[in-house]
Amino acid sequence: MYEDLIGPFLRYGFMQRALFGSLVLSVSCAPVGVFLMLRRMSLTGDAMAHAILPGAAVGFVLFGLQIVPMTIGGLIVGLLVALGSGIVSRFTVQKEDASLAAFYLISLAVGVLLVSWKGSSVDLMHVLFGSVLALNDAALTLIVGVAIITFAALAVFWRGLVAECLDPLFLRSVSRIGTPVHLIFLTLVVLNLVGGFQALGTLLSVGLMMLPAAASRFWTNEVRAMCIIAMVIAAISSVSGLLLSYHASLPSGPAIILTAGIIYAVSALVGTRGMLPTALTSRRHKTA
Amino acid sequence: MNNTCLEFKNLTLGYQGHAAVHHLSGDVKRGSLTAIVGANGSGKSTLLKGIAGILKPISGGCVPGFRRLAYLAQQSELDRTFPARVIDLVSLGHWQKRGLLGRLTAADNASLSKCLNAVGLTGFEKRPIDSLSGGQMQRALFARTMLQDADLILLDEPFNAVDARTIADLIVVIKGWVAEGRTVLCVLHDHALVRDHFPETLLIARKPVAWGATSDVMISENLRKARSFQEAWDEQAGWCEDDARQGHHTQLPHNRKVAGHV
Repeated sequence: MYEDLIGPFLRYGFMQRALFGSLVLSVSCAPVGVFLMLRRMSLTGDAMAHAILPGAAVGFVLFGLQIVPMTIGGLIVGLLVALGSGIVSRFTVQKEDASLAAFYLISLAVGVLLVSWKGSSVDLMHVLFGSVLALNDAALTLIVGVAIITFAALAVFWRGLVAECLDPLFLRSVSRIGTPVHLIFLTLVVLNLVGGFQALGTLLSVGLMMLPAAASRFWTNEVRAMCIIAMVIAAISSVSGLLLSYHASLPSGPAIILTAGIIYAVSALVGTRGMLPTALTSRRHKTA
Repeated sequence: MNNTCLEFKNLTLGYQGHAAVHHLSGDVKRGSLTAIVGANGSGKSTLLKGIAGILKPISGGCVPGFRRLAYLAQQSELDRTFPARVIDLVSLGHWQKRGLLGRLTAADNASLSKCLNAVGLTGFEKRPIDSLSGGQMQRALFARTMLQDADLILLDEPFNAVDARTIADLIVVIKGWVAEGRTVLCVLHDHALVRDHFPETLLIARKPVAWGATSDVMISENLRKARSFQEAWDEQAGWCEDDARQGHHTQLPHNRKVAGHV
């Protein structure tokens, strides 16, 4: 038992790197996911994940399968899409979901064209689904950097972020910080997706962001607690997913996300605010 | 100290070039309590947004004579499903004093408790906001407004979906603010409430219809005029030429009766 759970991480350097990378990614992505969910932007993460693909593809076309150019490309395009759709929605009548859909679809089409023009389908798979078992120093540095920026930004802008989610009109009446906070937050989303993309791929990095966040909602009604629970769920998913992948010879990215999915399903059922407790206590009530 | 809390200078507000508040001039006296009355779409909420600086004027402007402003929007603007407690919502009222990073002091917490007590919500600090009734929510929002310690207070339909007892309690709160010398502008639909509690009234129908003592404003002739305005945007509506012949624009007399430019 002990050997099965700890052994792989002690024995193999690539497993240690995978564990370290995915744990750092977990604590960084999860709170961002919580705020995405609370702002009813859960699907925005998914759209963003598609959007960073062409940036990564440009890096890939020019430099081959290398982390630094692909990351910088993804970062630039992700920020362009995030800021572009944010600006269109702030200054026109179009809602952000529509402008984001427009931007990311354009971006995705360009990305797939670029990858298929220059690369093989194996490379495309790598870009889309990543490989946590092949994290090099550059990738780990990137993940740690993203996590540090995320924590610093959340610490500084926490009050503004909560106010912008809870009562944006009030915030606008007392401060001009609303729009900058929104754009900074979108930047954090892009950074975390880019951070996760080498490990989990563009399509699955959003899973580590949203599934733990969505699951945490079933356990608490307090934002800070939600962030912490989401981090713990993401970390558990990472460790179990890596072990599952090791023992069952499964691809590691999907294994991690699937574990998070199972935790989500369990939380939805038995979480303190989930379906079963709600159903069981519905006949019991306090008099006031 | 100047006696004017807020002055409108030929203020026009609107969306995409269509005026929603049209050429409003006049001033609001410090320490006055004014009801803003008008049909749906007559520009009441737009006017408050303009004063609060959320909406930029198309032309003209507001000259602020106040130190700090508190704006309470309609409840529907707020995300009630957000996992916040009453205390989190109310403490947003510290923003103007503490900003993004300032730490809340013990005195801040004490004044928050005092405000909650004033609206009858003592003991509700830890309650999640999604468990509040409409009336309790409005009480919490009044506590937040109180905490802002503003000398100009804007309330947008604060009594929507609120029961009679809560209205009575909140009217007491509003009168307390006025007694402290604060200026209050309040958008209202209930004419009886306006007549009973608000000394001044601004009746608008995109353009100001009448403004002054409530008993002079809320007369059937004015109300009929206010009702008959055209709510919908009219794509055919002509361009207002007033700004072009600005030179001829007559300043309004200072008794704050808006008679000119209708």
